[in-house]
Amino acid sequence: MSKGTLFDKVWDLHAVGILPSGQTQLFIGLHLIHEVTSPQAFAMLRERGLKVIFPERTIATVDHIVPTDNQARPFVDTLAEEMMQALETNCKDNSITFYNIGSGNQGIVHVIAPEQGLTQPGMTIACGDSHTSTHGAFGAIAFGIGTSQVRDVLASQTLALSKLKVRKIEVNGALRPGVYAKDVVLHVIHTLGVKGGVGYAYEYAGSTFENMNMDERMTVCNMSIEGGARCGYVNPDKITYDYLKGKDFAPKDNDWDKAVAWWDSIKSDTDAEYDDVVVFDAADIPPTVTWGITPGQGIGVNQVIPTPEQLPEEDRFIAEEAYHYMDLAPGQSIKGTKIDVCFIGSCTNGRISDLREAAKIAKGRHVAQGVKAFVVPGSERVKKQAEAEGLNTIFTEAGFEWREAGCSMCLAMNPDKLQGRQISASSSNRNFKGRQGSSSGRTLLMSPAMVVAAAVSGEVSDVRELLN
Amino acid sequence: MVSEVKSVSGRGIPLTGDDIDTDRIIPARFLRCVTFDGLGEHAFEDDRAALKGQHAFDQPQFEGAKILVVNRNFGCGSSREHAPQAIAKWGINALIGESFAEIFFGNCVAMGVPCLTADGATIKKLQEILTNNPQASMTINMESMQVQCGDFVAAVSIGEGARNMFVCGTWDACGQLVAQQSQIRATAAKLPYVTW
Ligand code: SF4
Repeated sequence: MSKGTLFDKVWDLHAVGILPSGQTQLFIGLHLIHEVTSPQAFAMLRERGLKVIFPERTIATVDHIVPTDNQARPFVDTLAEEMMQALETNCKDNSITFYNIGSGNQGIVHVIAPEQGLTQPGMTIACGDSHTSTHGAFGAIAFGIGTSQVRDVLASQTLALSKLKVRKIEVNGALRPGVYAKDVVLHVIHTLGVKGGVGYAYEYAGSTFENMNMDERMTVCNMSIEGGARCGYVNPDKITYDYLKGKDFAPKDNDWDKAVAWWDSIKSDTDAEYDDVVVFDAADIPPTVTWGITPGQGIGVNQVIPTPEQLPEEDRFIAEEAYHYMDLAPGQSIKGTKIDVCFIGSCTNGRISDLREAAKIAKGRHVAQGVKAFVVPGSERVKKQAEAEGLNTIFTEAGFEWREAGCSMCLAMNPDKLQGRQISASSSNRNFKGRQGSSSGRTLLMSPAMVVAAAVSGEVSDVRELLN
Repeated sequence: MVSEVKSVSGRGIPLTGDDIDTDRIIPARFLRCVTFDGLGEHAFEDDRAALKGQHAFDQPQFEGAKILVVNRNFGCGSSREHAPQAIAKWGINALIGESFAEIFFGNCVAMGVPCLTADGATIKKLQEILTNNPQASMTINMESMQVQCGDFVAAVSIGEGARNMFVCGTWDACGQLVAQQSQIRATAAKLPYVTW
C-alpha cells in the first residue's frame, strides 16, 4: 500500500465516506463535460428526477464532433447538430458554463481546462473521456469515467471508486535532441505494456519530467491511459505555479499564497512509499514510432518491426493481428514507410509548444507531393496564440492546411477522416484499427516533429536528420 | 430499479483476441447519438465486416448467448460507455475474461453487468467448450465465485467491492451517493480550492 504520495493525500482529502460495498465515495473538484458522453447522463438525471448538485463545478465544451473547416450552424452532419443542440440545452437548463464555438474559449476539453487555470494541483477531476489523465500534469488526480458515472457526478459531485495502487515511473537525465515528451511516454508504454498500468496511478518523477514544461507534462500524463493506468500525475512545482499564475481561474491576491502553500503540502513526501517503482534513463529513449494497432507497439525510428520470436509470448497474438492489418512485415524497417496523411493536433499534442516545435521543423520546407497534411490547434486560444506568432503562415507556406480547433482526425467523429487503406503519421494517441475514420485505415503514432519529418519526405523519417 | 445479481445463466459466446479496444467494440461513427438505443446491432461492426460472417457475433449458433468469454485487456481505450452498452444491448449479461481495462470494467459495474476474471487456461478451456458445443449451458455464481460450463467448473474472481455491489444489488451507486448530501457538502467545505 502506498503511503505519503500525492495520490494518497489527495484521495484522503476528497473522501466523503466509505460505501457499503467498501468503495470510497470521492468528491470531485472539477467536472468537465462534452457532447459525446453527456447527453445520456442528463437523460438519466431527468428520468430519476435528480438535479445537478454543484453546477458551478461543471464546465462544458464541444470538441469531438466539430468540423474544423466550415463551422456554420446548423452543421451539415445532422447527427452532430443534434448532439450540439442537446449539449446547449442541457447546459442552459442546468446553469452550466458552456464554452461554445466562437466563444474564444472552445477547444478540446483537456486543452481548455488547463489553459484557463481551471485545472489546479490537489484537485480531483473527472470527465467522460479517458484522456482526462492529462490534467494530472498539474498534480491533480484526474480520471476518465463512463456515462453512468457522469450522471453520478452531476447528481452528487462524487464517484464510487476503489483506491488505486501507485507506481513511480522515474526518468532521469536530459532527452537527446529530436526526442520529445511523446517519445518518452511511447517508450514507457512500450516497456510496461498496454495493460501494465491497470490498477495503478502513475507518478512521473525524476529530472526528465522536472525539466519538462507544462505542455510536455500534459503529453505524458495524457497517454497514461494507453498504458492501462487510469490516471498519471507529476508533483506540482515552480514550473506548475508559473504556468498557473495569472490564468483566468487561478487563485488571485491573498489566495495565491495560500494556494501555493497548500499545493506544496500535497506533494509526495520524500519518504513516500510506492507499490512499485520503475526507473528509466532518458538517454536510452529514441524518437519512437508505433508500427501496430496498440500504442504499446512502438519502436525506435531506426529499428525494425519485431518478429514474433523477439516478443514475449503474450504479445504475439496481437502482433500477428497487427502485421496483417498494417500490412507491415516483421523484420521490416519502419523508416521509409510511405505516408498518405499527416495529422498534427489532439489532446496529446495540439498545444502551443507542440505547434512551435512542429513549425521549427516545417519552416522553409514543403510537404511532399501527394501527402495531405493538416494542423488542428487544440483550442481557440491555441489557434489565436499560434497566429500571433506567425506559426500558421509557416505551416501554410510549407503546404499544411491550417484548421479550426477540435479533436478532428484523432478519432474522426467529424468530417476529417482517412479514406480506405490510407496510412497516417499522427501526433494523436491511438492507433487502434479504424480509429481515424476508415475501417481499414492505418495510423502510426509519433511526436509532432516526427509528423512534420514524415510530411516533408512522404515517408517515416528520422527527425534528427532535419535538426540544424 | 436496482436489483441483485447473484448469478448469471445462459449460453456463452467465445471472442478470442487480446487488447480488443472500445473503438473495435463500437466504432466512433456510432457515437454520434444522444441515446444508447440501437447500439446493439452495431457491436463490433467493423471487425464483423472484415471477417465476412466469421465473427462470433455473426454466427447463428451463438445467437441469444448471454455470457461473453474474452481474453486479455478487453475494453481498453476510450471511456465510452457506448461500448458496454452495445454489448449489453446485443444481449450479453456478463463477461468472463483474463483481464479487463479499468474504465470498461467500471462502466459495466454501473450498468449491472459483471466482468469476472479467470486464468488463461480456464478462459481457453471455456472458449474451446463453447466453440465445440455452442449449446452448452453456462452459469456464473457470484456467491461461490465459480463458473460452470457444461461439465466444466472453475473459479472466477472479481474485486471484493464490485462483488458486494452485485450480490447486494447496490451496483447502481447513484442513489447511495446522492443520499450523502450533508457529508458531501462538509467535504467540499474543507477543500481550500472550492472557495478561491
Ligand atoms: S483529441 Fe482525441 S483523445 Fe483527445 S479528447 Fe479528442 S478524441 Fe479524445
